[in-house]
Amino acid sequence: MLRIDDLSIAGLPPLSFEVAPGQCLAIEGPSGCGKTRLLRAIADLDPADGYVFLDGVERQEIAAPLWRRRVRFMAAEPHWWAPTGRAHFAASAKLDRLLAALGLEGVDLERPVAELSTGERQRLALLRAVADHPSVLLLDEPTSALAATNAALVSEFIKFQILGGRIVVLVSHDRLQIERLATARLQLGGLPWPREAESAAA
Amino acid sequence: MTNVALTNSDLLLAALFLVINGAISVAFGLRLELGLAIAAARMVAQLAAIGFILKFVLAQSSPLWTAGMAVAMLLIAGYELFERQQRCFKGWWTYGLGNATLLFAAGLATLYTIVIVIAPTPWYAPRYLLPVLGMVLASTLTSISLVLQTVTDGLEREKGAIGARFAQGATRLEAFAPLIRRALRTATAPVLNVMSVAGMVTLPGMMSGQIVAGADAIEAARYQIVMLFALTGAAGLGAITAALAGVLLLSDDRHRLRLDRLAPHH
Repeated sequence: MLRIDDLSIAGLPPLSFEVAPGQCLAIEGPSGCGKTRLLRAIADLDPADGYVFLDGVERQEIAAPLWRRRVRFMAAEPHWWAPTGRAHFAASAKLDRLLAALGLEGVDLERPVAELSTGERQRLALLRAVADHPSVLLLDEPTSALAATNAALVSEFIKFQILGGRIVVLVSHDRLQIERLATARLQLGGLPWPREAESAAA
Repeated sequence: MTNVALTNSDLLLAALFLVINGAISVAFGLRLELGLAIAAARMVAQLAAIGFILKFVLAQSSPLWTAGMAVAMLLIAGYELFERQQRCFKGWWTYGLGNATLLFAAGLATLYTIVIVIAPTPWYAPRYLLPVLGMVLASTLTSISLVLQTVTDGLEREKGAIGARFAQGATRLEAFAPLIRRALRTATAPVLNVMSVAGMVTLPGMMSGQIVAGADAIEAARYQIVMLFALTGAAGLGAITAALAGVLLLSDDRHRLRLDRLAPHH
């Protein structure tokens, strides 16, 4: 269970909500309202007042690197710290099935990441986010760079993650994707706040 | 063997060399005449002043005057370091980090060279301590400034990649490792070059000075070897200290990138 308690994001009232395993909370709201900042705060990537619990343990109680191995943020624009795709995964990671599930079976991971297409890179970033089995996925626009068929493939992949018991918090502008994946919704900005947040609580 | 003492008229004769640079500047319209004159005047004034000050301090041979001189040299080096930095840390840290690192690396290397290696009596004899400190400071200054430059420039370019590593659960040392490695390599390159060509193209300054002053060439070479080891060690110590301190400043204990601690260009 992921529980957010009075989490402060600049420009927004304090947020409180819960997401249970096997559930997907969709965060909606206009650009710049704080959706990405909310995801980053949950992953403890930016300082933010308030509490975030995973299975009853608050993020400050465990080392930040360990927290982020369990609570994984995937940025809208992926970044790479090594030349090849393979170097971003543990040497022991078995990737064949995941690659196939994301339609990346034809991609040579030993090639430079920079030579992949934008869509391939975005799917590879999703693969990188799930490969070491985090409990929580914080997905920021996971299909923004994808053509329709691949977007459907990725939605299916995320659905599979949710059914497998992962907690997913999804930021997306794709209405169809939200309808397909979300088990609850949270509207940020422009609407009466606390009531919306409560009604969105899973 | 007696030394040839230089008179003021000898200095004037040497100053004739500047006519060459002045003529080039005029002939090609470089407009460097004024700059050249100011730089030359500064050089003469600075060296004359330091000559008189050193003469006084050397004559005292007191630990207090020597310490005062050493502190002044450290502060000037710290200021020079600050001037060379293009990106600074916010608040007190820009000056503090440079000075603390200089003090630690140059101080340690100088003390080791003086107390353990050269071991004059008394150990604080300014004739040994101050020149060694000066050379060590210059070497440390270069290496620290290269490290800080590489780290802050690299961070600008690689903040996305470093952020991605943090998101994947890297510690701050893991996330910064490629940048640290590059910074250390960059900072070590100058001393490596100096060591590899020492004595091949030019004689290093200290050795030349001792030879002109009438010292035995073998003895001068020994001193130079000691100094080059000391300079290399000081540069390495300064580089690793500055790199680690930079990482500590640019991230926090929750392993987050803290670009907000970097000030805009100064």
